[in-house]
Amino acid sequence: MTKIEKWTVLAILIIIALIPVYGSRFFVFLFTDILIFGLFALSLNLLLGYTGLVSFGHAAYFGIGAYTCALLIKKAGIDFMLSLLAAGLFGAVGALLIGFFCVRLTKIYFAMLTLAFSQIIWAIAFKWNALTGGDNGIMGIDFPPYLDSKVKFFYFVLVVFTTSLIILRTIVNSPFGRVLVAIRENPARTEFIGINVKRFQLLAFIISGFFASVSGGLFCMFNHSVFPSFCNWSMSAEVLIMALLGGIYNFFGPVIGAGLLLYLRMESTSFTAYWPLILGTILCLLLFFFPGGIAGFVQDRFQKWRAAK
Amino acid sequence: MSYDLPFITIQILTGLTNAMFIFLIASGLSVIFGVQGIINFAHGSFYMLGAYMTHQCVSLFIHSPHRFWAAVVLAPVVVALFGGLIERFLLRRLYGREELTQLLFTYALVLILGDVIRIFWGIEQFSVSRPPVLKGAVEIFGQFFPKYNIFILIMGPCVAFLFWFFMLRTRWGRMIRAAAQDRETLNALGVNVNRLFTVVFILGTWLAALGGALVAPATSIKPGMDIDVIITAFVVVVIGGLGSFWGTFLGSIIVGIVYSLGILVFPRLSIVFIYVIMILVLIIRPWGLLGRPLTLER
Repeated sequence: MTKIEKWTVLAILIIIALIPVYGSRFFVFLFTDILIFGLFALSLNLLLGYTGLVSFGHAAYFGIGAYTCALLIKKAGIDFMLSLLAAGLFGAVGALLIGFFCVRLTKIYFAMLTLAFSQIIWAIAFKWNALTGGDNGIMGIDFPPYLDSKVKFFYFVLVVFTTSLIILRTIVNSPFGRVLVAIRENPARTEFIGINVKRFQLLAFIISGFFASVSGGLFCMFNHSVFPSFCNWSMSAEVLIMALLGGIYNFFGPVIGAGLLLYLRMESTSFTAYWPLILGTILCLLLFFFPGGIAGFVQDRFQKWRAAK
Repeated sequence: MSYDLPFITIQILTGLTNAMFIFLIASGLSVIFGVQGIINFAHGSFYMLGAYMTHQCVSLFIHSPHRFWAAVVLAPVVVALFGGLIERFLLRRLYGREELTQLLFTYALVLILGDVIRIFWGIEQFSVSRPPVLKGAVEIFGQFFPKYNIFILIMGPCVAFLFWFFMLRTRWGRMIRAAAQDRETLNALGVNVNRLFTVVFILGTWLAALGGALVAPATSIKPGMDIDVIITAFVVVVIGGLGSFWGTFLGSIIVGIVYSLGILVFPRLSIVFIYVIMILVLIIRPWGLLGRPLTLER
């Protein structure tokens, strides 16, 4: 990471951390949402941008995390932080079981198998009324006593987000992360130099599942409830769009994408009921005019500006 | 509920009727994937548009006794031409880009078309009345089965046969199959592949819209029917084999039957069965039951 980048990220994190001081309650709410989805999008991007695997069922792990957290709190009375950790581990185990089959396939078939598995998770959440509450979901999940306000919860999310950000950043910059990029660029050649591609892909899948589940657990507490729609395929599509909007070939891109999308959605709901129309139009503009996402566009401009100087 | 033979027969016939609807939609999805390599999420939206257009045409010709037939002919053509415009002016610009880009474009279409339909027709439900000839039911083993479903049971294989004939016995069909195999060589042989792609997209869209038109009298036309159908069609195409014509037919029948019989045995889990079949197929034979494995990198 260059020095400029490091200081920019630190400055942005400090600005975000100070939101409760100068910002309204609306901004605290919005940024809690953004940090949670930012983490979700980051976890997806470990597969998408770094390993070159298009997962079309990432909502499965988000859903597993949310439901694990909700069930442990509501049915077993376990503390929120422990439940959150358990949610992450459950997600990782789920990702191990599902990923074991998925990494055997490539490209479009990989995407479809991830989609099929996530639809099963969704069907379980939707149909197993006794456990998951079916269509009604699970409601009334309250803040634990030590996080009894929206501001406290915001700081908790910020801490989890920053920790995850550092861990993920370390992972992608480690030799392991470099191997993932090599796999993205050319799986066959990576295999030839003696790397077990499938095993690395599976590991990336598990790590990604872990963080997606953690974000799901946070979202369950943020919402005070869980619903089957958390693991529906439209959720998978939404997080995919977030990552692409921000730019998948930049580490922070997905967070920017999550931020922009959630902000636009909140703004748009105040004047129109046609959010999908707006989202679709944004997506079209993105695909036709900014294929590298926002971060890709900015990076490109920055490099051109530098070259010109 | 009794599980006697007549009841099961009716249930299987209902499953087959659904299979025919699914087939109409899935076959279009399959041919577009087979030739253009695009997973067209918007396919369900064209189906929904077909149903709404049918409703619109029926209310336009409200005084004619043949209004339903007029709508079934007219609505899919209008939707297909609309699909052709989208392919020609938008989708074409994305060829050569990553698969994900094309896939997300069709997803953007789902979002946009879903809302455009909401803007035009609102969120109320519509129903189209059956044509007079096909009203009522016939008795099979003492159970009643709607005449309209019998019509669909005949229509499905007819369309399948015509489609098969078109693909295997006509010049256009031959070119389409050639484009699925190797579009560059076909281009070098002097065939306008771009135009061919537009034709394939129009054909696929027409099949989806025809499915929408024919389903209109059998269901209520409402927002969200696009999402319901696209996932099912997708599962069918994967089970049968992406791009495989008879595979799609087989996949439709499997899904239709499993769904209608599954509901009897495990009412809550019948939807899970279908996904389980899809997963098993993907794990054991990723190219589908009747598809061929992709050996050449394209």
